Amino acid sequence: MLPVIWFCIVAVMVAMYVVLDGFDLGAGILHLGVARTENERRAVLKSIGPVWDGNEVWLLAGGGALYFAFPALYASSFSGFYLPLMIVLWLLILRGTAVEFRSHIDNSVWKPFWDAVFCGASALLAIFLGAALGNVVRGVPLNANGEFFLPLWTNFQPGPEPGILDWYTILIGVFAFLTLTQHGALWVAYKTENGVQRRARKVASAVWYGVAALTAIATIVSFQVQPKLAQSFAEMPFGYIFPALALAGLAGIWFFHRQQKELQAFLSSAIYIIGMLTSVVFGVFPMVLPANSNPAFSLTIHNASAPPYGLEIGLYWFTPGILLAACYFTYLYRKFAGKVKLEEGHY
Amino acid sequence: MDSALAIHRFHFAFTVTFHYIFVQLTLGLGLLIFILKTLALRTGNEHYNDAARFWAKIFAINFALGVVTGIPMEFQFGTGWSRFSKAAGGVIGHTLGMEGLYSFFLESTFLGLLIYGEKLLGRVGHWFSALAVWIGSWMSAYLIVATNAWMQRPVGYTLGPNGEIQLSSWWSLIFNEWAFWQFWHTLMGGVITGSFVVAGVGAFYLLLKKSEEFGRTFLRLGVTAGLAASLLALFPTGDRQGALVAKHQPATLAAMEGHFETRSGAPVAILGQPDVEKRKLDNPFIVPGLLSFIVHNRWESEVRGLDAFPQDQWPDNIPLLYYSFHIMVGLGTIFIAVMALAGFLLWRGTLFTFKPLLWILMLMMPLPYVANTAGWMTSELGRQPWLIYGLMRTAAGSSNTVSSGNAMFTLLGFMGIYSLLLMLALFLVWREIDHGPGRAPAAH
Repeated sequence: MLPVIWFCIVAVMVAMYVVLDGFDLGAGILHLGVARTENERRAVLKSIGPVWDGNEVWLLAGGGALYFAFPALYASSFSGFYLPLMIVLWLLILRGTAVEFRSHIDNSVWKPFWDAVFCGASALLAIFLGAALGNVVRGVPLNANGEFFLPLWTNFQPGPEPGILDWYTILIGVFAFLTLTQHGALWVAYKTENGVQRRARKVASAVWYGVAALTAIATIVSFQVQPKLAQSFAEMPFGYIFPALALAGLAGIWFFHRQQKELQAFLSSAIYIIGMLTSVVFGVFPMVLPANSNPAFSLTIHNASAPPYGLEIGLYWFTPGILLAACYFTYLYRKFAGKVKLEEGHY
Repeated sequence: MDSALAIHRFHFAFTVTFHYIFVQLTLGLGLLIFILKTLALRTGNEHYNDAARFWAKIFAINFALGVVTGIPMEFQFGTGWSRFSKAAGGVIGHTLGMEGLYSFFLESTFLGLLIYGEKLLGRVGHWFSALAVWIGSWMSAYLIVATNAWMQRPVGYTLGPNGEIQLSSWWSLIFNEWAFWQFWHTLMGGVITGSFVVAGVGAFYLLLKKSEEFGRTFLRLGVTAGLAASLLALFPTGDRQGALVAKHQPATLAAMEGHFETRSGAPVAILGQPDVEKRKLDNPFIVPGLLSFIVHNRWESEVRGLDAFPQDQWPDNIPLLYYSFHIMVGLGTIFIAVMALAGFLLWRGTLFTFKPLLWILMLMMPLPYVANTAGWMTSELGRQPWLIYGLMRTAAGSSNTVSSGNAMFTLLGFMGIYSLLLMLALFLVWREIDHGPGRAPAAH
């Protein structure tokens, strides 16, 4: 039971990370396109400025929970995905540096440079995060010790000797890119006014069709690449609630966006993302890292989890901690609620 | 350095050392900014708020770099040290997980409010943000030190049927005696860095005859905090830390001191170069009996030298360990002397006009960074050849699926990016110092 609880906790933390950091990554992707003047760019940056760092903490906190609850999974996946993780780290460094340092010097070389770094790093991060998810669904060549190492690419086929990038993981990467672009566009539309808002809304309208098409394509292909998905839904039909949630979110985006209800459209996008992620997680459960070599080598919540004492005591410090974090977040988002105002503060 | 193990070791050492450049300053400045905000709140004097705002800008630059260089550290336990993580993750994952949940959320929330929210929050709210950021960073330090302390002195675990490490007492992990003293010693190191930087910038302004009112405030604050922290770094924190090493890592103590031969009335070497092959110190400059006195409180008692331990349990880089320790202690002694003199002149009211000492304080700014780095090198080199002292050797903990070529590739990548970050940090901090504190609206 304890491993299942921790599996759910880690899944929720990761979903929170994708939903929260997802909108500031999306804002980064759009940054150069929808914000043309200095004031517009400041508005986009200010819409994420006070919160992006906290959003990223969900990744660290989720990683921390993963580390002590499923040490074998942490060890295996972090060393096996060594190369893409290091590239993700470099992108996170560049992106954080860009957001924080852009405003220090006001001239026409410094700011456009950091704007470009911010935009490029955000886009690549979205693609890499999607590709990472694709790798987990496709499975990796685990050996009997639960170890593997993936090069960046091999023959671009999800076969027995895959790389990080193959046609399937690239497809999921592009899918994630579009999803987060839409998510960010809906956030920017919610937080800004005038020109930026108009352009963000246009992007959101156009990207919706791409996201909808890729939802269908990625679902069909994923069931081909990972047969366990079909099996899970056949065995436990209550799991259809997760894809239903995703479809409801997708419809909600379309509906509320048409009605110019920006907050509801953004929240629908969050529900869509949560629905898609939980569908995947449900589909591979109880595996946490499927082996595409020998199914018996797969890491599951049972063979990768820490002993019960640690899992139980972890709940005692985790529960108050996550409630505190929820309070901080509520407080922070309320303090910076509403449309971005440029004159107050000094950002 | 061609084996994968050597590269993994250097990879972690390089990235964590670089990360700590920014961290040590924020550990110290967090407290000093909080003191300035408190003075502003209690006296109602806007001067202290201006001073706090100036240091908050430098704090923010360092904090941002601390965050972006800190994220890789959380990953590297798994990327470079997967066998260690698989074995010990069920234990140290607790302290690392708590750091994310209890410190990072607190810091990231209130740093945003500290930097963006002065008008939004009012005086007390802004003061509280400074407090929260300071507490968050010290809590983070405690949980990281507790993680390291468990590797130095593993407690609260049992070994399973196949020798796997299992947490058996969470309380022992959190309240490890080693963590307590190491935390306060580390923190005093951070306050020393913050104090020397604040005092050094103050001295710089007085020498330049620029922003002199602020220069005097910075000197008063930096010298007072610096004197207290330098003394506390020696006693009791450094002393207690040393006693724990003597008790639990006697071979490490012998190597740190260059003490090759077991003998009674063991001396402390102030200077001298260790010759590990011939097991002696060249041109030693010693204080007789002092090591015996420090370890056992008796000048004549016997202290075990390296010869009392099998060679495969000696730290694997004795010269570097010896020099790291001696550099830390030597600089720590100099810090006490300089801050004591500055404190005396401050009390007599002549510090602000005594130029030689102002020059010294300004030029000493880099030295606490050297001392803190040397301190951590003493701790980490001293733990060798163990990754978890007595439980897992360093050679048994690295990722054996990651080849030397892949590790070198990412090491070089980090070196490139970090070189740029360092230049950027120096450039931006210099701009703030050059611009100076004051009421002029900030550039950002």
